[in-house]
Amino acid sequence: MITELGHFALILALCVSLTQSLVPLIGAARGNLAWMAVGRNAALVQFALVALAMAALMHAYVTSDFSVVNVVENSHTDKPLLYRITGVWGNHEGSMVLWVFMLGVCSAALALFSGNLPPDLRARVLAVQGMIATGFLLFILLTSNPFLRTWPPAANGHGLNPVLQDPGLAFHPPFLYLGYVGFSVGFAFAVAALIEGRVDAAWARWVRPWTLASWCALTIGIAMGSWWAYYTLGWGGWWFWDPVENASFMPWLVGTALIHSSIVVEKRDTMKSWTILLAIITFSLSLVGTFLVRSGVLTSVHSFATDPARGTFILLLLVVAIGGSLTLYAVRAPSLKGGGLFAPVSREGALVLNNLLLSCGCATVLLGTLYPLFLDVVGGPKLSVGFPFFNRTFVPLMVPIILAVGIGPMLSWKRGDLLGALQRLGAAYVAAAVAVMVAFYVTHGGPILAVLGFGLAAWTGAAVVVEWAERVRLFRAPAADSLRRAIHLPRAAYGMSFAHFGLAVSIAGFSASAFDVEAIETVRIGSDLKVAGYVLRLADVQRLPGPNYIADDATVEISRDGGLVAVVHPERRFFPLQQQTTSETAIRTNLLSDLYVALGESDDAGNWTLRAYWKPLVPWIWMGAVIMAFGGMVSLSDRRWRIGAAARARRSGPLLQPAAGE
Amino acid sequence: MRRVAFAIMLLLALGLRAFAVEPAERLADPALESRARAISATLRCLVCQNESIDDSGASLAHDIRVLLRERLLAGDTDVQARQAIVDRYGDFVLLDPPVKPATYLLWFGPAGMLLASLVGTVVWLRRRPVATPSVAPLTPQEQVRLEGLLREADC
Repeated sequence: MITELGHFALILALCVSLTQSLVPLIGAARGNLAWMAVGRNAALVQFALVALAMAALMHAYVTSDFSVVNVVENSHTDKPLLYRITGVWGNHEGSMVLWVFMLGVCSAALALFSGNLPPDLRARVLAVQGMIATGFLLFILLTSNPFLRTWPPAANGHGLNPVLQDPGLAFHPPFLYLGYVGFSVGFAFAVAALIEGRVDAAWARWVRPWTLASWCALTIGIAMGSWWAYYTLGWGGWWFWDPVENASFMPWLVGTALIHSSIVVEKRDTMKSWTILLAIITFSLSLVGTFLVRSGVLTSVHSFATDPARGTFILLLLVVAIGGSLTLYAVRAPSLKGGGLFAPVSREGALVLNNLLLSCGCATVLLGTLYPLFLDVVGGPKLSVGFPFFNRTFVPLMVPIILAVGIGPMLSWKRGDLLGALQRLGAAYVAAAVAVMVAFYVTHGGPILAVLGFGLAAWTGAAVVVEWAERVRLFRAPAADSLRRAIHLPRAAYGMSFAHFGLAVSIAGFSASAFDVEAIETVRIGSDLKVAGYVLRLADVQRLPGPNYIADDATVEISRDGGLVAVVHPERRFFPLQQQTTSETAIRTNLLSDLYVALGESDDAGNWTLRAYWKPLVPWIWMGAVIMAFGGMVSLSDRRWRIGAAARARRSGPLLQPAAGE
Repeated sequence: MRRVAFAIMLLLALGLRAFAVEPAERLADPALESRARAISATLRCLVCQNESIDDSGASLAHDIRVLLRERLLAGDTDVQARQAIVDRYGDFVLLDPPVKPATYLLWFGPAGMLLASLVGTVVWLRRRPVATPSVAPLTPQEQVRLEGLLREADC
């Protein structure tokens, strides 16, 4: 019964979203305020309906209703409650419902907090949101319906892939989707602006908080996924340039470019059509990411074709959304005239460079991800593109941008003084040089690129501090004055500093991975494994029952210089239902390095394979990502998003007049 | 059918999930072993696909690791040993796709894009009406006033 309610709610949501996509649009074209106002209410109702559908599906999972096909295929009564709930989005159909739910959240928030928007822009933005929702709801209802019943009900379900039964992965998709879907707001604003044929500073000011918030969520989502891979896959890797990872990384790269270019639109009233294009591309890549991951097309074009209805629908949706918006762009963009002029060496120029390199980086990732597919389609040789390609193409593209992160904020708007900026960054050179020398000494002349990576990290980090010190006139003005300046510095400035500093922290983490130390041995219970100065004694291995698995739980005593440091418990978990084994690694961190211990197989005679790594600075990768996202949130709290946003130039013409005559 | 076979393979791979590089596989000669590790880090596991055979626990990865080590023991150079694997499993096994006409677009694409966008940006910057802020130098009076203001700001 509740399942049917969810199903009907989804169908109703489709009807409402159709209304939402048409009525406000027509209203805006005709200047009919009553029709425009439909957008707001439709968005709220649509959200309520989608939330109901989501709740119904969750209910089916929590109560283990095995008359629902989707629950049978993906759940099991033995599964802990947390994973029964998160299992909702652990499969294709459920994740699509999560997607439209997130879209509903965004649309509703947009409807509620857009009171200061001109009514026609607001109506158009909500209409575009409605169109996106229509496409996705149709996709769910026609090809991926999670509410289908089966009769007679199954005795029990097939369970969720054990690898996914993990807190890190349970919350990874919601964050990722919040990021993807959040970019739809920027997209909607872009399309609405193209329809209106007008982009100005106020427009950028409305779009920016949404883009920032989505970017934060996506940053957290990607970091969570990478962290999960790190601790769960048992070999300590955190990024493999896998198509699935790339799919989430591409929107992040262009989204980062978008955050930066919208600053230029807001402050300097130029780079408008480029920013619009970026907003369109960012969301298009989010769509591509959502679908390509789920459709399996990335593994092989053949698996894509096994479900023709789904595949065709996806292609159609992508063509309509991406093709439609790009066509509109081609028609309308030339009419968007840029305002502010600037010299190549200026803050604007630095942001152009940022956009150029980030876009090229994203295009490189796209090329590497889709190239095997492309060759397959044109009948070329079957090959694969892995991390060496990306290390050789993407990473060099990112080096200049990291250098520019330090310099850009030191340049003034319109016309900057590059030489002056470089001189004022003296402390950053010193920091970079010291970092390179220290790294070179500590690692005994390790891989030169990794050592230079530390230099880049130190350069960026120090440049952030120098830039802040300049703003508050540290040591140049009396301390009280500096303090006053530091307090009154806009939150957006602090946001930038945090985000850039987070980048520096992450770069240090990436670079340090070249210095991992590894030890893999067969160890008898009671004997030792040595890694990087630590002695790991395999004290015991016990068989323990879990809720839906059986664990081999090892007790490993870590000591250093004869003193006991810690006792950790790496596990191997066997899930009888799926006949799968997962590895639960034990990680001992001191925030400067991780000691990573994983338990392997046994020969049933008391010998166990033990795998241990010492990974310097690896926690910094995710700490950096968290600092970046924190920076985004600090920037979001800037008061300029809350006040003065409505200060858009009043326009003349009939658009704003009440449609009394109609 | 292919899909079913793949699913079974995947299931087997995950079910029998062992460790990557098992102690028993390793070669006695550390120099040879480290060469083997370096090569196997650049070979894709055909079962897991998103792991190198060095990291993968699949049994096929095990077979390739063993084969690779046999070749090295037989006195192959790194290039020969890698080629032996490619001959058997195809280019797909290489994480690092070879540079040949079919991959020119892949390998030279990024540099081409960078070049094209740099040229595009320069053309765009040049075609804009040039900003010529014809700023007249400050008069002596203004100069004095500016210095006064700056001094004020300093304290």
